[in-house]
Amino acid sequence: MISNWPILSIISFLPLCGALFILLISNRDTKEVQNLNSNIKVVALWTSLMTFIISLILLLNFDYNVDGFQFVEKSDWIPEFGIVYFLGIDGISLPFILLTTFLIPICIISSWNSIQQRIKEFMICFLFLETFILGMFCSLDLVVFYIFFEAVLIPMFIIIGIWGGSNRIYAAFKFFLYTLLGSVLMLIGIVYILKTVGSSDLSVLTDFNFKFQVQFWLFLAFLFSFAVKVPMWPFHTWLPDAHVEAPTSGSVILAGILLKMGGYGFLRFSLPLFPEASLYFQPLIFSISCIAIIYTSLVAFAQTDIKKLIAYSSVAHMGFVTIGIFSFNKQGLDGAIFQMISHGLISSALFLAIGVMYERLHTRDINMFGNFATKMPKFSVFLMIFTLGSVALPGTSGFVGEILVLAGVWKASPIVMILAGSSLVLGAIYMLRFYKKIAFGDFNSANSIDVKDINFREFMLFLPLSFFIILYGFFPNLILTYFHQPNSFIIGLFN
Amino acid sequence: MYDLIVLLPLIGALLSWLCGNKWNSLGSFISTIFCMIIAMVISWVAFFDIVIEKNFYQGLSFSWMTSGSFNVNWSFAFDSLSCVMMLVVTTISSMVHIYSVGYMSDDKSKSRFMSYLSFFTFAMLMLVSSNNLLQLFFGWEGVGVASYLLIGFWYKKKSANKAAIKAFVVNRVGDLGFAVGLIFIYSIFDTLDFSLIFQLAPSKIDEILKFDLINININILEFACFMLFVGAMGKSAQLFLHTWLPDAMEGPTPVSALIHAATMVTAGVFMVCRLSPLFEYAPFTLMFITLIGAVTALFASTIALTQFDIKRVIAYSTCSQLGYMFFAAGLSAYPAAIFHLTTHAFFKALLFLGAGSVIHGLSNVQDMRNMGGTYKKLPVTYVMMWIGSLALAGVPFFAGYYSKDMILEVAFASNSFIGKFSFACGSLAAILTAFYSWRLIFLTFHGDFKGSKSDFLNIHESPVSMLLPLFCLAIGAVLSGWFFVELFVGKNWDIFWNHSIFILAGNDSLINAHFVPKWVKLFPIFLSIFGISIATIFYVLIPDLPRLLSEKMKSIYLLFYNKWYFDEFYNFIFVKPIKKISLFLWKVFDKKIIDGFGPDGFSARIFDLSKISSKFHSGYIFHYSFGMFIGLTSLILIFYYKF
Repeated sequence: MISNWPILSIISFLPLCGALFILLISNRDTKEVQNLNSNIKVVALWTSLMTFIISLILLLNFDYNVDGFQFVEKSDWIPEFGIVYFLGIDGISLPFILLTTFLIPICIISSWNSIQQRIKEFMICFLFLETFILGMFCSLDLVVFYIFFEAVLIPMFIIIGIWGGSNRIYAAFKFFLYTLLGSVLMLIGIVYILKTVGSSDLSVLTDFNFKFQVQFWLFLAFLFSFAVKVPMWPFHTWLPDAHVEAPTSGSVILAGILLKMGGYGFLRFSLPLFPEASLYFQPLIFSISCIAIIYTSLVAFAQTDIKKLIAYSSVAHMGFVTIGIFSFNKQGLDGAIFQMISHGLISSALFLAIGVMYERLHTRDINMFGNFATKMPKFSVFLMIFTLGSVALPGTSGFVGEILVLAGVWKASPIVMILAGSSLVLGAIYMLRFYKKIAFGDFNSANSIDVKDINFREFMLFLPLSFFIILYGFFPNLILTYFHQPNSFIIGLFN
Repeated sequence: MYDLIVLLPLIGALLSWLCGNKWNSLGSFISTIFCMIIAMVISWVAFFDIVIEKNFYQGLSFSWMTSGSFNVNWSFAFDSLSCVMMLVVTTISSMVHIYSVGYMSDDKSKSRFMSYLSFFTFAMLMLVSSNNLLQLFFGWEGVGVASYLLIGFWYKKKSANKAAIKAFVVNRVGDLGFAVGLIFIYSIFDTLDFSLIFQLAPSKIDEILKFDLINININILEFACFMLFVGAMGKSAQLFLHTWLPDAMEGPTPVSALIHAATMVTAGVFMVCRLSPLFEYAPFTLMFITLIGAVTALFASTIALTQFDIKRVIAYSTCSQLGYMFFAAGLSAYPAAIFHLTTHAFFKALLFLGAGSVIHGLSNVQDMRNMGGTYKKLPVTYVMMWIGSLALAGVPFFAGYYSKDMILEVAFASNSFIGKFSFACGSLAAILTAFYSWRLIFLTFHGDFKGSKSDFLNIHESPVSMLLPLFCLAIGAVLSGWFFVELFVGKNWDIFWNHSIFILAGNDSLINAHFVPKWVKLFPIFLSIFGISIATIFYVLIPDLPRLLSEKMKSIYLLFYNKWYFDEFYNFIFVKPIKKISLFLWKVFDKKIIDGFGPDGFSARIFDLSKISSKFHSGYIFHYSFGMFIGLTSLILIFYYKF
């Protein structure tokens, strides 16, 4: 019964409908601004919650033993070029969809009071963003994927550019140009594929064998686009700026989901379509990922801006993802995807925590904090959980991803394993410094300010995040089972 | 039922943490201590049931993570080795829990403290009861975090924070070794389950790993064991990775007793013994373990001679005793290592808690130069410290006598050069051990009190809740050697250990130890009496001697006093360069090079271009007409000459 419904389209476009609905709420009547604003927020929240609930239906009806895609929807779109409207999910995309639908309501709640201006536009942007992200994770047609993939940029650009900090214009343009420049190369690649294959349908493309020379150039074209998104060293410099200027909820989505688009793109397109080129470029990817892990860990240690610190640490964690993906074996792939999900939870939680701190002290300078363990005991406990997750302590989800990647990459290169493993030490150095400066020591900035511990709303934001971080640390099989089928398909290509 | 041993401390920790504020501290004391005592009782039952009666018990087991052949379970193993360790951990932990009621009575966050202590015990029990390498790593990191939290318990103190981070980071360096070793073990055996690994070990001793990049071939098993031992060096504070342990004394004293003396720091020794079926096939690593152990035993005791902080003396002593355990393990006498681990747990916890009682009695004075003549005020503590020191120095019929004697005999009995070397180091360290133990007693309890008169009047003996654990541990420090010696390291050691420890046929130093010459058996007694008498000469008979000697041999004294300058050295080669490099990478590489040649440079060049091109757009009519004139002329010329 439910499988007959176009459930993926419903999930993807439900937020869009919500956005249109908000658009209809008139804001001419200036007398009741308060009322209007709360209406807008409630509509946005309910839309995102409904999307989340429907995505749970997806989870319940998903069968992880089935090979191939499920909930498939397919209809012609531009038959002249062989472009089809083709949606479907497998065990790789499902966790990302759930992560998205789970994080968006959290973002909306977190910006409940912190966004004061242009609330209507903000909520519309967020709902558009959700539609684009979900569409991207569902689409199985290269052109449809590309459209959603690029469309994500627009609301994010606006969110940073309008509700961002003081240097927001620079950050927004840097973000936009960097990512767009990468994507242009991908577009050229897609046009080439359309011309030679005559279709952008993923199922057709997977069966098509590109010559190695062609694979080589196409892989490079796709690599630039995905590498900027991941971000891989040395294309990472947009990320710290974007994070620093973005509002809290923007950072959460950026770190939680947007950074996963690159890794997802590798898994969905680069590896299945260009297996030989992927194998050929493995040493390159390994090298720059190792550089990323060590380099950004060191840079993170030097930061005084807490948002930049976490942003750089994200680059280091994403290094594990690319290493895992390009080790082309079960543990590596499982670990990479798990690491993406886990990083989605942990880094979003950390950015939320930073938002909470910023709302209280209005600074992001690490030297201005201190003694939160006394002032905000509940908050400090949560922050401790997130910090330990970030240093990949066994028992948190961060550990599972890293140990699996290490176990996987061993087969490809023992030296890369040891170099990547150094993040165990480096991560501990910068994250413990981060925690010490915030929670311990004496209170530096304006001792007179009365800092209140987290309120109920903030508590309810942190609780599910820390719950899942620990739950998946102890029972990672809850997610890992979903990866089995799609990953054995990918591994099959490399044997 | 025995699974409860592991789970009860966790329940206690959660109860204390969740309900601590509402129930006030009494609730958290009751919940954690109640859970710990029950766990202790069950582990004694388990000891007699499983180890003595040889009944088999299958612990809980359920899946942790599955990814192809990387299949790991949460599961508990109950064999002789883990039962002995559980016994030690739960017993000491219970005593420390009870002791903390008195010791922490003035602290504001008692429930936090108790829940950390219980959480630590849980992690430690996970470590010792693990059935596979990954769960061992879970416990391994878990105790690391607990130690971090407890060292930094007084988080407003800057030094405590520094020490906590140092402990965690240095441990993490070791953990990196452990993780690498773990992956390599997985790479050879395709599993992390102990039983399978141990079965397959003999067939995998010749596997070679090629490092293409540097063109070296190495034996994987040897390399994996070596890396695992690096992990053990971090956790057990052996030479080169020992610098965190003395600083860890910033934590409350019960923590030092439980974590940094009796249990966590012995995790490395336990791990080597647990993996004895692997280490036995890694002869080079065993030699390395012996070497590091022997050198640490001597090295740490030289530092202990000169320290004045009462806790630091005991901390270096712990470091040195761990060295003994390691060289015993390195010489394949694993039972002797575990035996010393057990007796050491009792008498070192006793010493630490005794020191805590002194500190408590003197209202937080730790420097021995401000103590003296306190034995009348602290009679019970005084007696307890004597018992602990007698056991530590290895005076006959106290616990340490049996175990240290055994280790020295093992070292003597082993035929290798490295065995003789460790015998020499161990003997020398034994003299120093006796010396610094009595130096501590004389400086703390004898002579004149060096503080003010009113301070002296304020000195008070500790409450019953602190003295009771001291009594229990003293019983252990006296009797545990006598009680366990035949079982652990007797001629029938293999029946007691019941296959949980494996010794290769040729490595029979443990058996040979029973047949050493008579003088070797009596030698340790002589060593300890010699050390005690020198201490008596130095600090009772001729009190000026230490000062004179330290002035005469200033350079050696300073070397010992400054801990061989390890901290300064590491600061110079690691800490400072890392700070500089990270700043350089950020300010220069990221900002100037990547951004400069990347997006910022790009937009700046475009800006330049547009500036140049905008010059043509000046708005003066004669500029435009001049342009027209040039254009027209060139067009005419082109057409005229028909280019």
